[in-house]
Amino acid sequence: MQVKELTKRYDGKTVVNQVSFAIPKGKVISLIGPNGAGKSTVMGIISRLIARDGGTVDFEGSDIGKWKSRELSKRLAILTQTNNIQMKLTVRELVSFGRFPYSGGRITAEDQEIINRAISYMELGAFEDQFIDELSGGQRQRAYIAMVIAQDTEYVLLDEPTNNLDIYHATNMMKIVRRLCDELGKTVILVLHEINYAAFYSDYICAFKDGRIARFGTVKEVMTKENLSQVYGVDFEIMEIAGRPLSIYY
Amino acid sequence: MEVSVIKKYLTTIVLFALLLILSIWSLFIGVLDMELSGLLQGDSAHLEIFLISRLPRLLAILCTGTGMSVAGLIMQQLCMNKFVSPTTGATISSAQFGILLALLFLPNSTLWGRAVFSFVFAILGTWIFVWFIQRIQFKDVVMVPLVGIMFGNVIGGITNYLAYKYEMTQALSTWLVGHFSMVLRGRYEIVWLTLPLVALAFLFANHFNIAGMGKDFSQNLGVPYNFVLFLGLTIAAMITASVVVVVGSISYIGLIVPNLVAMFKGDKIRGTLIDTALFGALFVLVCDMAGRMVIFPYELPIELIVGIIGSVLFVALLLYRLSHGRKAIRLGRKGGGAA
Repeated sequence: MQVKELTKRYDGKTVVNQVSFAIPKGKVISLIGPNGAGKSTVMGIISRLIARDGGTVDFEGSDIGKWKSRELSKRLAILTQTNNIQMKLTVRELVSFGRFPYSGGRITAEDQEIINRAISYMELGAFEDQFIDELSGGQRQRAYIAMVIAQDTEYVLLDEPTNNLDIYHATNMMKIVRRLCDELGKTVILVLHEINYAAFYSDYICAFKDGRIARFGTVKEVMTKENLSQVYGVDFEIMEIAGRPLSIYY
Repeated sequence: MEVSVIKKYLTTIVLFALLLILSIWSLFIGVLDMELSGLLQGDSAHLEIFLISRLPRLLAILCTGTGMSVAGLIMQQLCMNKFVSPTTGATISSAQFGILLALLFLPNSTLWGRAVFSFVFAILGTWIFVWFIQRIQFKDVVMVPLVGIMFGNVIGGITNYLAYKYEMTQALSTWLVGHFSMVLRGRYEIVWLTLPLVALAFLFANHFNIAGMGKDFSQNLGVPYNFVLFLGLTIAAMITASVVVVVGSISYIGLIVPNLVAMFKGDKIRGTLIDTALFGALFVLVCDMAGRMVIFPYELPIELIVGIIGSVLFVALLLYRLSHGRKAIRLGRKGGGAA
């Protein structure tokens, strides 16, 4: 996926300004930055959820806008935090929606197999007949991820997947992200607020500031005192733990 | 395995059986004596009552119950709010407004002419209401039906004003209070339209479910959100209008029935639509039979009975929903600022 000179304005205010980058395949890429830096907007644009005002998003040879929405949904999945969580659907029913781009409403035997695998991969077997509005936040998030797995896409985009989760569930979520990449070979792009999660669990980091990319590179390249201080405007210290750069801010 | 299949469809089977029994019973309630034996002997008077009045009435009741509850189910899913319905979403009052305009501008219009007006205005009114609530994004679930009721009352006020001004109140009253006593062969067939519309809703059940999960969610699965929203609301509005044109306004069914069914069966439309339709038909049938029997040989309009039972159930539902923490926990859309 290749993004060139992406621009987005809301009410005359430019929130994404001439953003260009290329997404390496089969890696975990974290988008970080302060509030309002434009990272969620960029994710919305590259997943066709948000219309852009300028620039191109080249996905597998043609622009994202030229893709048929249904075809695109077999290649790229996006999970945001804006889902209606009051819906009384069972976990299995939710996961089955992941097959919608392939089979519409008619679930085939093959779909059923894929749904079963996704449910057991996310260890949701014990809850599969429970309603999602009765699950805990962590379980519900796993149910959504299981749906994305059933959707069987090469690209998985997650908008703040650790939002509203406690440390235990958030860390589990990040481990799941890693497995999506390492075991299932997916390219995972996520918007994250916790820098250290980004540093521990991703391959690349893309840091945004004021609608532009401040720094894009491997974790080691981006996680430096100077880069982070410049992006967030506070003082940083970088330590190395388990071979990974870890940041302290104060 | 087979036991579980029966268990899965148990409610559907029970509802269907009950509906069948009560339907047959209802055919023999009425001022004019009509006996099964007479019918079987080919007594022409009995046959006439049966074909001109009793059967049409039963069919109208079944279509009304089915239609209004399915319309409510669709609206609740698409608006992501359990309190939205043709009554609380201004659909009924818009349909009535349409009928009044037809009476004013095309005084000689047929039932079909009025139906077209009613369709157009019901659809427009519902679209405006949904457009409005999507714009405002209320934090509290209860606000949405309140706004709908207010909007409906504004339209109802205009309707009443025009009706007074042009001395149409008498003519309009038929459509303001729902009742089945005027249902006769030859002047109720429009209500049959609900059946193909309900079938269409069943076809798109998964689409409505997905759209009900949110715009981002549907786009992720390649479902055209706006199209599904418009389609669903149009179907719901047309169902409502075809009921209002024939029997008048019947409140609460679209609100109560889908909620009660969803409490037990969940929100997956493919799994609940048939039960919702059956239960809706049963509910209206029971109310109508009660209305016919309470002060026999006279009868109470169905709207009165449904209104009494419905408003009590509505308050109970409101209290239940509020105490069970299903308030609008819907997370707001993250705009540029929260990025």
